Amino acid sequence: MRVMAQMGMVMNLDKCIGCHTCSVTCKQAWTNRAGTEYVWFNNVETRPGQGYPRRYEDQETWRGGWTLSSRGSLKLKAGGRVQKLLSIFASPVQPQLADYYEPWTYDYDTLIKAPLGDDFPVARPKSLITGQNTKISWSANWDDNLGGSTRYGHLDPVVEKLRQESEQAVQFELEKTFMFYLPRICEHCLNPSCMASCPSGAIYKREEDGIVLVDQDRCRGWRQCITGCPYKKIYFNHKSGKAEKCTFCYPRVEVGLPTVCSETCVGRLRYLGLFLYDVDKVTDAATTPDEGDLYQAQLDLLLDPEDPEVIAAARRDGIPDDWMDAARRSPVYALAKKYQVALPLHPEYRTMPMVWYVPPLSPVVDLLAEQGHDAESKDVLFGAIDALRIPAAYLAELFTAGRTDIITHVLSKLAAMRSYMRDVSMGRDGDPSIPAAVGMSEEALYEMYRLMAVAKYEERY
Amino acid sequence: MSVHDGYGKVDGPATDALLKAGRFFTKWDETDDERVVFREGGRAGDVFYRDRWSHDKVVRSTHGVNCTGSCSWKVYVKDGIITWETQQTDYPSVGPDRPEYEPRGCPRGAAFSWYTYSPTRVRYPYVRGVLLEMFREANKRLGDPVAAWHEITTDPDKRRRYQSARGKGGLVRSSWAEAIEIAAAAHVHTIKEYGPDRVAAFSPIPAQSIVSHCVGTRFYQLLGGVMTSFYDWYADLPVASPQVFGDQTDVPESGDWWDATYLMMWGSNVPVTRTPDAHWMAEVRYRGTKIVTVSPDYADNTKFADEWMPAQAGTDAALAMAMGHVLLKEFFVDRTVDFFTDYVRTYTDLPFLVRVDDGEGEYAGSYVAGKFLTAADLGAADPEDAWKTVLVDDATGEPVVPNGSMGFRYAESGVGRWNLDLEGVTPALSMQGESSEPVELLLPAFVDPDGAGSVLRRGVPTRMVGGHRVTTVFDLMLAQYGVPRDGLPGQWPSGYDDVASPYTPAWQAEITGVPAEQCIRIAREFATNSEQSQGRSMIIMGAGICQWFHGDTIYRSILSLLILTGCMGRNGGGWAHYVGQEKCRPITGWISLANALDWSRPPRTMIGTGFWYMHTDQWRNDGYSADSLNSPLAKGHLGGMHTADALAQSARLGWMPFYPQFSTNPIQVAQDAQGAVDDGSAATPGEYVAGALRDGRLQPSIEDVDDPRNWPRTLTLWRSNLMGSSAKGNEYFLKHLLGTHHNVLGSENPKAPRPRDVRWHEEAPIGKLDLLMSADFRMTSTTLLSDIVLPAATWYEKHDLSSTDMHPFVHAFTPAIDPPWEAKSDFELFHLLAQRFSQLAETHLGVVKDLVSVPVQHDTPGEVSQPGGRVVDWRDSDAPGTPGKGMPVFQVVERDYTAIADKLATVGPLADSLGFTVKNVTFDVSEQTKKLAGINGVMPSGAGAGRPAIDTDSHLAEAILMYSGTTNGQLAVQGFRTLEKRVGKTLHDLAEGSEEKRITFADTQAQPVPVITSPEWSGSETGGRRYAPFTVNIERLKPFHTLTGRMHFFLDHDWMHDVGESLPIYRPPLDMHRLFGEPRVGEDGAAQVTVRYLTPHSKWSIHSEYQDNLLMLSLSRGGPTVWMSPADAERIDVQDNDWVEVLNANGVLVARAVVSHRMPEHVVYVHHAQERTIDVPKSEATGRRGGMHNSVTRLLVKPTHLIGGYAQLSYTFNYLGPTGNQRDIVATVRKRSQEVSY
Repeated sequence: MRVMAQMGMVMNLDKCIGCHTCSVTCKQAWTNRAGTEYVWFNNVETRPGQGYPRRYEDQETWRGGWTLSSRGSLKLKAGGRVQKLLSIFASPVQPQLADYYEPWTYDYDTLIKAPLGDDFPVARPKSLITGQNTKISWSANWDDNLGGSTRYGHLDPVVEKLRQESEQAVQFELEKTFMFYLPRICEHCLNPSCMASCPSGAIYKREEDGIVLVDQDRCRGWRQCITGCPYKKIYFNHKSGKAEKCTFCYPRVEVGLPTVCSETCVGRLRYLGLFLYDVDKVTDAATTPDEGDLYQAQLDLLLDPEDPEVIAAARRDGIPDDWMDAARRSPVYALAKKYQVALPLHPEYRTMPMVWYVPPLSPVVDLLAEQGHDAESKDVLFGAIDALRIPAAYLAELFTAGRTDIITHVLSKLAAMRSYMRDVSMGRDGDPSIPAAVGMSEEALYEMYRLMAVAKYEERY
Repeated sequence: MSVHDGYGKVDGPATDALLKAGRFFTKWDETDDERVVFREGGRAGDVFYRDRWSHDKVVRSTHGVNCTGSCSWKVYVKDGIITWETQQTDYPSVGPDRPEYEPRGCPRGAAFSWYTYSPTRVRYPYVRGVLLEMFREANKRLGDPVAAWHEITTDPDKRRRYQSARGKGGLVRSSWAEAIEIAAAAHVHTIKEYGPDRVAAFSPIPAQSIVSHCVGTRFYQLLGGVMTSFYDWYADLPVASPQVFGDQTDVPESGDWWDATYLMMWGSNVPVTRTPDAHWMAEVRYRGTKIVTVSPDYADNTKFADEWMPAQAGTDAALAMAMGHVLLKEFFVDRTVDFFTDYVRTYTDLPFLVRVDDGEGEYAGSYVAGKFLTAADLGAADPEDAWKTVLVDDATGEPVVPNGSMGFRYAESGVGRWNLDLEGVTPALSMQGESSEPVELLLPAFVDPDGAGSVLRRGVPTRMVGGHRVTTVFDLMLAQYGVPRDGLPGQWPSGYDDVASPYTPAWQAEITGVPAEQCIRIAREFATNSEQSQGRSMIIMGAGICQWFHGDTIYRSILSLLILTGCMGRNGGGWAHYVGQEKCRPITGWISLANALDWSRPPRTMIGTGFWYMHTDQWRNDGYSADSLNSPLAKGHLGGMHTADALAQSARLGWMPFYPQFSTNPIQVAQDAQGAVDDGSAATPGEYVAGALRDGRLQPSIEDVDDPRNWPRTLTLWRSNLMGSSAKGNEYFLKHLLGTHHNVLGSENPKAPRPRDVRWHEEAPIGKLDLLMSADFRMTSTTLLSDIVLPAATWYEKHDLSSTDMHPFVHAFTPAIDPPWEAKSDFELFHLLAQRFSQLAETHLGVVKDLVSVPVQHDTPGEVSQPGGRVVDWRDSDAPGTPGKGMPVFQVVERDYTAIADKLATVGPLADSLGFTVKNVTFDVSEQTKKLAGINGVMPSGAGAGRPAIDTDSHLAEAILMYSGTTNGQLAVQGFRTLEKRVGKTLHDLAEGSEEKRITFADTQAQPVPVITSPEWSGSETGGRRYAPFTVNIERLKPFHTLTGRMHFFLDHDWMHDVGESLPIYRPPLDMHRLFGEPRVGEDGAAQVTVRYLTPHSKWSIHSEYQDNLLMLSLSRGGPTVWMSPADAERIDVQDNDWVEVLNANGVLVARAVVSHRMPEHVVYVHHAQERTIDVPKSEATGRRGGMHNSVTRLLVKPTHLIGGYAQLSYTFNYLGPTGNQRDIVATVRKRSQEVSY
């Protein structure tokens, strides 16, 4: 066992309002400069939707992440590293500007400076790349709130996949509408494929906290990392010629401030904290043969900071006591491991991502309402999980490599929390059979409620 | 496991060997399989981002915008440059078991600093070149700026030249001195030539930046100018609130959502429109609170719902009426619930007696509901007895006149008795019983989609009381909702599944599309939850239901659900109306200083909708008369009247204000009145005016509104983007008010009804305004149209105060930098203008008297001057009217126009001698004035010599806080002690212990500060509880400010009866085909589709104004859009992002389509404030710039909103007035050529 500390984040998608404040504060702080106009270290996607850059999840096209060789060993999806080394001068497989979007501005000056004419002056869009007039046809968030769904919705790789299984899956009709938001930053993976793709060794994982950074001095702009990252969270600064990415706000984290995206999250859905993990077991976990077991394998990597063996090993491996304290109080550990309601994004990429998500509940479908059931009552509570508008299969494609049973179990815990707490907030005794039905104690369910609902600043970070 | 077990698991041995060699010379820590490179980060790590993060200081400020966020922000500054902003997180805690207010904010706010240095920033004063040249020339030649202004504006050619140049570019840089001189000259000239009531100004929403609003308003009220309203103009005012509660609006802070155990969101898209508050809604679910949304589309908030009730747009009242049907039947008739019954007996008008009158004409032999029975009807003879409503004691069957009605509010006999204490009486809810006589009652209904009325026949039990046949409001309600009881005549629903009978669940399903079963179940759950939780069912209500023409009826039908179940006045229960921003928490200081009540009274305030409807000549394009809204049972009070006539009558009767007042300059009127008093021909100036109106020597301006003598002449806009945001009927503004190019597509319909009392000119005026001036920090539709544009400081460049209804704190704006370039704060602007104005006034105006005409006001004794809500028009009699009784109040005010600047900068003496009054509670502020003088210092000389200085923005902020009970505990306690004398119940304990607490401006700069419980508002924060409205009324038996002193289901005013809205009711959206000849909704075979045109707030604009931010545009579609359903798009062969044109008689909009299945058919969303400044090409339909969201809207004035002079239906600024609603509009969408030109 070799214990390492890793900064992690959990986002509770059940609370995300899709406001994009995180994206804006991040951009304002980090990337509102020449060369990174199109870059959003943090972005928020409406799902179903294509994401940013478009269809980044389509690894058949973009070749990001890891795959298993026939011998069961890890290899970069884009090809072995020698192959990459030998082909670094060739244009790598990576999204083009059009797949992100062509950033633009407007000739705002006209509004002030227009000479007397015969109509209102207007600010026209101008490309920030070419400086020419442009018609805006794509943006970093074009399909926000299902905009253009009937034209583009089928291009969502998850929709595409589910429809291959059943033509009836995910229909774009008013009555069947569902949506949720997926905020994304760099995953600061335990097994980062960007790093493995870099011919210059410019990408490194910080020893003390696992934050993955691009060394701006070492980067030679080969852009292999962009291909390598299956989340497409490394960007090419077209002015400096270097790769840039989310830094987990290390200049803030180092002095005890939360990341900008976390602190400014209006939905109060982001949690920051330490994970302890066994670095020696990462490769093994990442080579778990069955994709459906990858979540569990990743979960198993996370070490219990209360475990005396872990404590001893951590001390041996130079993890200071205050970091151990932080690990014990870590809300991300609580949500991921203790309550097991947070899940990794696309575990099948085998990068062992460290930004996890609590999947969202959603309204019940009309059918249930028409029949006059009360989805809130505990008698129909768990039955209703299957009748939620967001198909479990959709969430499973994002978070569990297709395992709907895990999704259903997590949603049941959220539903149980609500059902149990209803009695409490109505001044009645809590019903212990409710937490028991999802394998939790009353105390644990209540603690989880405090963390997810009351969620004080000090408890989130 | 050894590390070597992992060896070979990445790629293969050969690869590893090769790579190892490649990395031989570089030393770093990596996993043994070379999969991961570790390096120590620490302080030695990548410096680039560390440098980027550095800054010199962080300043607390906020955003002065009408979004109710009132979020405190950290503004980062480096090298004197604002770099970015993030939210403050230091709000005082709301308790250990609750989520906190941190971090309040939204992406729009986070992107705000972009404006500081953006290319759209207004850096210098600008004047339209055509005008500037003429002015410079004339000023030089004549040597007097006022004479120059006179010459330019009275020369028709010159006037035309610069008016028609508005909005067409050609702004040239000027200086502050010059721009201010032109403005000052225009103001002096207008007052001199036409009168101060031709000087108009508009600046909305004081709470968003209290000082900035206050200073400009104060300037205009010192002049005697006209401030037009905003809350009603924005259609944010729920008229149901004054109707039902006698209160403008009062709502829970969002932290109180946490107390709700059943939460509905009805027409309110919380994540978008209340972004910083939405988390409470998401979080309360985890307490087991059920969430239900009602919206026509799959709205953002539906994501959080347990259930979605997809009611078709505008049909919400049908759903609410059916829910009310279920609730009345199951919780009031089949079974009764003490919690509900006790509540409605004490706090509502349900037990009060209503006279049942004989039907007339074709309805003879049946009965109709009449007026409330009063003590006067029972023979009591004091004037106040006509204002005392009556109920029956359940125990004795005898009539009782309980405390608390309006008859106890002002009369000497009511001292100590204006309360809801029933003193042991149990009111009878129904007249059923031994002496009861059932009769068949006629009730109006509007079930036809074209809006035509019909009549329902349903029985009520009656009794004879004092010789009058009466029933109760409760009995009327059961009849109205169609809840049958044994032994009553009439036609009743056969059951919930009776499709044909209003207002059953099955009946509503046909209209709304919501399944009857769902309607029944949600109604049951809602009421059951209230019963079990003692009133903790809450409904968040929003613009999606408020901003309809019949928004008041929609609201009343929903409020009924809350009132019947005992939810109003509860923490966690009741209505949560979040549309606009009504809550300036330090209200007394703000409103008194803004209206300059310390120097002169009364101020001139105006209903915005009435002002714009008349002065932009939208009334000339009305296709219907006021009585086309009537019920078949109407008695003709609105008969033959045009809506303009209704406005004229309302003004004539002293119900609503109208300015200009008379076609004669009010300075002249004051002089004439004084002459009449002096020569003995009139006892008072008021008597003179009444007589002159009677014999026609004076003419109300509204009655010939298009005569040049009656035009508004100057309009100043600050903190406002009127032309790019709220101006419904935008193209009419351009045409008639401004006199420039426009896209009005329809022509005036020669067959449209002509007004009876308002004069019709064959040619409508083009260009009424002499001057449009605006102050802003960015270029908007408004600045583009302005003659003078002044560069304003941004929200990060000035001192100011912010508050909101959503949280209980006041906090500060603080300058992060000085205003750059030549920008100045609003405070500086108005002081400069006042100084130059005062100088020019020396020769042109001097000291004069001004006759001010104002309506009778709510919360003043004037509201008990017209008993019974009867329309009595003095014009129908031979005698002159009596000022203040069915006629406006006329008051002479002295104005020293040379001292405006001095007065602006000091607190005047009337503060001490008359005190400041809010909601009929007068605060003696003489002590506060002394304290303020100590803090701010006094002015050494001039008109305000020796008086407290309010000569800087922070001094004014200090004064506002000093004079308000919410921020000055001494005043809060004093106010409660004053109030409790009238009420006769203990109230001062609500603020006791806060006497020593005074929130200073410095306090608000340090941290957001929670306010003090004060009689200025209806709720209580005492003991650290969350604010919920009306808790003081419910817990302390303090009456609502209504006729009965209770919440009203029944409104008995003549006009309310005539339009059939005396009880909660469903009215369909306006049929624009019937009323205006617009196409019917749906497809018509041509390549176009007619749709309901809705303008909700955008996710990507800072509330209702700022759509031009590059960050927001980059995250969205980058320009104007029309959201539409796939079916509608297919009908016109439109794909996502295709250019389309949306048009009707009012104008045209060019935008790109967003096609999404979350949209219902036959409805489009054109988000608010999509202005013509960003990416708007020329229109195919007109060849001109393709409009903005309000180009296809127009004003539709509901006559019942004009009722005044009658208890809670009396005017107060922003409290009651016609709404500028816009939801009923329909428009036609067409695909256009995809080749666009600009």
